[in-house]
Amino acid sequence: MGTWCKRLYMAGIYLFLYLPLLILIIYSFNRSRYSTRWTGFTLHWYEKLMHNSMILDALGNSLIIASLSAVIATFIGTLAAVAFYRYRFIGRKVLYSLVYVVMMSPDIVMGISLLIFFMLSGISIGFTTLLLSHITFCIPFVVVTVYARISGFDPRVLEAARDLGAGEFQTFRYVLLPLLMPAVLSGLLLSFTLSLDDVIVSFFVTGPSFEILPLKIYSMVRLGIKPEINALSTVLFIFTLFSVSISQLLIKEKKK
Amino acid sequence: MTEKSFFRRSAIGIVFFWITLFVLIPNLLVIICSFLERDPAHFIRFVFSTESYRNLFAAVFFRIFLNSFKNAFIATLVCLLLSYPFAILLCRVRPSLRRYLLVLIIIPFWTSSLIRTYALVILLKGNGILNSLLMGAGLIREPLQILYSDFAVFCGLVYTLLPFMILPLYGNIEKLDIRMVEAAFDLGASRMQTFFRIILPLTMPGIIAGSILVFLPALGLFYIPDILGGAKSMLIGNFIRDQFLTARDWPFGAAASVILTAVMGFMLLAYYYSLKRFNAKLME
Repeated sequence: MGTWCKRLYMAGIYLFLYLPLLILIIYSFNRSRYSTRWTGFTLHWYEKLMHNSMILDALGNSLIIASLSAVIATFIGTLAAVAFYRYRFIGRKVLYSLVYVVMMSPDIVMGISLLIFFMLSGISIGFTTLLLSHITFCIPFVVVTVYARISGFDPRVLEAARDLGAGEFQTFRYVLLPLLMPAVLSGLLLSFTLSLDDVIVSFFVTGPSFEILPLKIYSMVRLGIKPEINALSTVLFIFTLFSVSISQLLIKEKKK
Repeated sequence: MTEKSFFRRSAIGIVFFWITLFVLIPNLLVIICSFLERDPAHFIRFVFSTESYRNLFAAVFFRIFLNSFKNAFIATLVCLLLSYPFAILLCRVRPSLRRYLLVLIIIPFWTSSLIRTYALVILLKGNGILNSLLMGAGLIREPLQILYSDFAVFCGLVYTLLPFMILPLYGNIEKLDIRMVEAAFDLGASRMQTFFRIILPLTMPGIIAGSILVFLPALGLFYIPDILGGAKSMLIGNFIRDQFLTARDWPFGAAASVILTAVMGFMLLAYYYSLKRFNAKLME
């Protein structure tokens, strides 16, 4: 009895989390445009999506921003994690705490702080401001992912590298980086996903000159339900599903 | 060893530069901006003023804030009450299965909250699934108007933020040393005593970390009232956005955002102390 109650409770939580998403996916294949009744299977909404140039443009922009910001944030974040682990310098603790604070701080605060910063420094709102902002909120997630992996290392590996005459950069390039690769790739995937999904920060730091997918979806959703959005959301959800599963496999691998 | 110092200097330099330029300075600008006067043409005028903070206490706005805080608090509490037993149960599942169950929590954690909010619309709307089911079961005669109400906003907050409570709690409870609990029982503590005096204090860091990740977004996620709420549903996030984009009163919006940052500061401080206590307990 007790065990069944517990299983039921857990199943209930999973049902709560997944039922709305499941319904969304099912309805993206529903032929009827307005009713919630099932009137037959169709791929029509996906086809319409493929021919909607506004959505495709926004998707293209989003993919550019997400790839660039993921690569740059991973580069900076990995270096930062290595620096935090290997070097003791003034302000290390403060800087490391700030990385965590960025991760915890509400998106809206980051959004308006960057908006004020860009407006006062005279950078016009668009591609550049969006890219800089996305890199900024992705960096902490890379730092945390990579740092978690380094701290599990045997420090003797690094000592061995030094004894064998490797310089700082060589140690990083030939010893640390290969060992860190799974975490680095996982950070890259998570940054990409994070950037592709962001609404709130982007809302403040981009304008009509450079539209991205989440903001496009946001403006469409405000006008009500459309089967095309169901299809688009399904595609994005499946993408998240894959990238999270892969990044989980990458992180888990070390524990074997 | 010039090569050493070059790599070291650039690694530290680049992160120091980035955080200072894009986090520290912008946040300082928000604080400065909140103490300035508004200017319709140039957003702000460089004259010191505390008017924005005094305006926060004007009845109209104060009610919005109070309401938003109340909503966020209840949403956080509900998330906590749902997640705590779940996290404990999850820790007891055998590891091979637990791995997959955990990934099933991580997936919604990373899925766009906008999409998850939108998914709720389909479920809750007048001729939606929930109403059809309830009417089919004969429980109600007419469709319930759930969507476009404060209650829908509340549901949306709990639904989108639940994984953000579960994961930190799980991370904390998983590390809990089960021998502490056994020791409490051996020393004759009742189940209640063990829970309130041993388990709860030891999992406090997880509780606070989860509460930060739920409470702060529950004040700021402005698209949830936009999509699920009625005409009057408003979070502090909606208020801040409107000040920046429609009312064009930057200092007022900045002051509201400083309040959010202050709340975060207090919660982080509480986290820090609970963590210290947690570590002290382990060392005793």
